[in-house]
Amino acid sequence: MARLSREEVAKVARLARIALDEVELERFTDQLAQVLEHVADLEALDLADVAPTAHPHGLANVVRDDEVRASLDRAEVLAQAPDVAEDRFAVPRIIGEAP
Amino acid sequence: MNALEVAASVRAGATSAVEVVAESLERVAARNEELNVFIHLDAEGALAAAARVDERVAAGEALPLAGVPVALKDNLCVRGQPTTAGSRILAGWRPPYDATVVERLAAAGAVALGKANMDEFAMGSSTETSAYGPTRNPLDPTRVPGGSSGGSAAAVAAGMVPVALGSDTGGSIRQPAALCGLVGVKPTYGLVSRYGLIAFASSLDQIGPFAATVAEAALVLEVIAGHDPLDTTSLPEAAPELSSHLDDGVAGRRVGLCRELVEGADPEVVASVHRAAEVLAGAGATVEEVSIPELRLGLSAYYLIAPAEASSNLARYDGVRYGLRVDGPDVEAMNVATRTVGFGDEVKRRVMLGTYALSAGYYDAYYGQALKVRTRMIEAFARAYARVDTLLGATAPSVAFALGAKTQDPLAMYLSDVFTIPTNLAGEAAVSVPFGAGEAGLPIGVQLLGPARSEARLLGAARVLEAGEGR
Repeated sequence: MARLSREEVAKVARLARIALDEVELERFTDQLAQVLEHVADLEALDLADVAPTAHPHGLANVVRDDEVRASLDRAEVLAQAPDVAEDRFAVPRIIGEAP
Repeated sequence: MNALEVAASVRAGATSAVEVVAESLERVAARNEELNVFIHLDAEGALAAAARVDERVAAGEALPLAGVPVALKDNLCVRGQPTTAGSRILAGWRPPYDATVVERLAAAGAVALGKANMDEFAMGSSTETSAYGPTRNPLDPTRVPGGSSGGSAAAVAAGMVPVALGSDTGGSIRQPAALCGLVGVKPTYGLVSRYGLIAFASSLDQIGPFAATVAEAALVLEVIAGHDPLDTTSLPEAAPELSSHLDDGVAGRRVGLCRELVEGADPEVVASVHRAAEVLAGAGATVEEVSIPELRLGLSAYYLIAPAEASSNLARYDGVRYGLRVDGPDVEAMNVATRTVGFGDEVKRRVMLGTYALSAGYYDAYYGQALKVRTRMIEAFARAYARVDTLLGATAPSVAFALGAKTQDPLAMYLSDVFTIPTNLAGEAAVSVPFGAGEAGLPIGVQLLGPARSEARLLGAARVLEAGEGR
């Protein structure tokens, strides 16, 4: 596979909600390219007939009876939030001003 | 005093938990500034908890860890106590609940002194990626203690506490145990509840103990293991009996000295592994050389799977519900500013690597291929365990390295975990036990690996090696 480009790193940084300056972009591109070169040994393997394993013991959905139980204390949880309004998590504006 | 002696003495009333904890706190005070082991210490809370243990003992409760001081890796939630996972993004956060392991330790009479330093979100092999500064190795403060559970290892190695908890995603208990001269156990996936463990890579993460001796590690694991309905990946059974099997020996057992688990290690490490094989053979085991070529693919598979899972797990740090928020004009700008300031370089590298491995056009070639390699690795281990009971290899390629030696070269740092990663990918069990010394008298760890639920056998074999070293 072609060597990782600065543009690709800039794109994944955007997807991951991380801002990089020019120096960081250069350094991370270099370091990530090195890791991807190392993992290139997997690309050559013919594993077409092998089933993937996402989890060591397989995962089964676990359900319990739908009974009312104690949950986390709301005040204690909200006390940890950066901003709270009317017993809810508050965030900056999501939708722009109406035109 | 080791943990068994402390618990026996407190139970017998010969000493009090308060006295034990006070002494432990003095040992922390003596070296914490130099070594940066605890990043949060709760002396007052620990002494109060110790007093409650003394009351329970007086009331006749038989507590397996009565009055035993412990260090908790800072990715384990303790209600109301700062819990940062070594990250700036969680500075000041106080969890609203306890991790299951924290509850179980307290129920058994153990007393947590505080939170031990770690690589940020457990991403690292030296405890140098912590936002709160590196931890130094108590045996040589110019060197790293290993990582990511370096604070937990250093707390035990410095004699501050007899036992500690860490977490192991790719070697983060076993490698620091090796570098600090301790026993470290990576339990079978699902044996110990992950409820309240801050997630790094959920299909690989597992909590386990550090101790100076095999018997102490076994006791702590017995206390924390066993089904927990709060973790959907928890195995259904009760905790296994381990302490009663420590003296089972290895007579008649088949041990495989695994070529891929020593190749590339320093000659002094290889020599220790070979000497360990001789000790096991001398105790009645049959030792044969085995080769599992699939293990060579472990590092590559791990550095796709773990970052992929991390990129998803760490998406929750968005500045909304808890932890750091750096303001911005709109939500997305706030998310970006928060994560850019809150995460360190290693976390950013792994989140970006994982995002890339999962992204359109690369998913099949990277993440998908890594999951298939994982299948191959599980099958290869199963074939090996049809021939031998236990595998033997090195834990880490070298003794503890100097601070700063690998911080500029991520790939070199990743190679520290080459022998420990396969066990996590397979969801199996492994123990690192100190065996011999290398450069400058620093400890070497050898690793015993087994299939799922083989802890009793692994700890029994580790006990044979420990006894072989005169301990």
